[in-house]
Amino acid sequence: MMALLKRLFLGESETRDIVIVLAASLLLWEAGVRIFHPSPLILPAPSMVVVEFFQAPALYLRHLAFTLIMTMFGFVLAVVLGVALAVGIIYSRFLERTVYTLLVALNSIPKVALAPLFVIWMGTGPEPKIAIALMLAIFPIVIDSVLGLRSVDPDMMNLARVSKASPWAVLTKIRFPCALPSLFAGMKVGISLALVGAIVGEFVAGNYGIGFQILVAQGQFDTVRVFVSLLLLGIVGTVLFFLVDYAERLLLPWHVSQRARSDRSAGT
Amino acid sequence: MYSSNETAVGVPDATGAYVSLSQVGKTYASSRGPIPALIDINLDIRPHEFVSVVGPSGCGKSTLLKLVAGLEGVSSGSLRVAGRPLDGPPDGLGVVFQRDVLLDWRTILDNVLLSIEFTRKPTPAARDRARVLLKRFGLAGFEDRFPFELSGGMRQRASICRALLADPELLLMDEPFGALDAMTRDDLNVELAQIWQDTRKTLLFITHSIVEAVFLSDRVVMMSKAPGRIVDTITIDLPRPRRLAVRDSAEFAAYVQRIRHHFAELGILKE
Repeated sequence: MMALLKRLFLGESETRDIVIVLAASLLLWEAGVRIFHPSPLILPAPSMVVVEFFQAPALYLRHLAFTLIMTMFGFVLAVVLGVALAVGIIYSRFLERTVYTLLVALNSIPKVALAPLFVIWMGTGPEPKIAIALMLAIFPIVIDSVLGLRSVDPDMMNLARVSKASPWAVLTKIRFPCALPSLFAGMKVGISLALVGAIVGEFVAGNYGIGFQILVAQGQFDTVRVFVSLLLLGIVGTVLFFLVDYAERLLLPWHVSQRARSDRSAGT
Repeated sequence: MYSSNETAVGVPDATGAYVSLSQVGKTYASSRGPIPALIDINLDIRPHEFVSVVGPSGCGKSTLLKLVAGLEGVSSGSLRVAGRPLDGPPDGLGVVFQRDVLLDWRTILDNVLLSIEFTRKPTPAARDRARVLLKRFGLAGFEDRFPFELSGGMRQRASICRALLADPELLLMDEPFGALDAMTRDDLNVELAQIWQDTRKTLLFITHSIVEAVFLSDRVVMMSKAPGRIVDTITIDLPRPRRLAVRDSAEFAAYVQRIRHHFAELGILKE
């Protein structure tokens, strides 16, 4: 965590560039609002958004915490189920032909449209939110895990056969570590989709969470509150993404993408 | 899959061969019908013998190695290792491939230990043996490095250590130095000749370099263009231990010339 903060404030030029661009856009927005005076119903100034947040930070953070918990439950379930499914698909021709084909087909339909169905099935509590987050996040995780588990060098498999490796040893010592970079790629997409799922769940039914906040604020034409919620979502989504990214760096220092990155920051 | 007239199981071959191929053929199925890869291969490798197989690319030399490794079954004929007809990889086998296939996430030492770790937990004795092997191949001090920190030659040395760790009777090498630069290749030729001298493994070595084959081997097996047949077998009667300087000798040149000439006659090489 310290390393993350350090990188953000001192470190790489990449991070600094992003901060500069963000700050410049905010300044431009603020200046635009002050010069052209659009109705606050249409576009409030960033300063108004910040002020609104600090008028009731506890309220916003409580709703945010709820959304975050829904997201994390959905995401963790998606990882556990997704990896288990991927392993099943790799080892079973039957599962590959059925489950995998179905998953790929299902992935192309707009799953958000299924959200109301989950409310009918599960009510208005946390369950449908977690379920929708899970449903959205699991697709990239399964598909990328299958790809990763299959990307083992054929000669490595030959070596395992010659060494009389058990299927379990092949899975744990070769296939799984080999799949980790792909799994992380899937998890990076999945974590953002889990957040989308939780918000959609809150839109459809319920009385808690940032999604619910946005809906209420919309009903009252309280654009500033919508923006506070959006800003919080943006921050949380970014932080979640970079947490997965950070975990990847910790766990996979050997991977090519990491090496390329450290070379780039070390050189020139 | 295997020849039907197998009788003596577990009894060493009558000829005393460790690896014995008799009228072995290998055919692959394809959409355009069966494609023969190997035809009528007769080859006996005696215990502690170093045999190289040379031939043009695509002649089936790697297929031959896969058959002996038990990774693929023969289509016809009989193949015995240590007197037994093969049904899967035989015991006491080490393999080195053209690519080193080290696992990126394991240190060099852990990569070397992998060959036994597949089946059992490595003992401290095994770790010590791995360190000794690495030291022999000039990799002392690199035990805790990761593969990406090593050069191609060092990585291939590590993969040879991995194959030798379980002290196999039979070592199969599939163009192990094919991807290395010429100088590294010379180094590794000398190191392999040395280690073979000390351990006297039965060794089947696949290469497309005539010079490499003559330098290393007791016998050189020449293969034709696909579908692969054995066209000649030449016994290399050069004194051991061999140093690189042996390549400057007239006898060495004569062997190389003879093999090259023979390939030229077959239309495989231009003279």
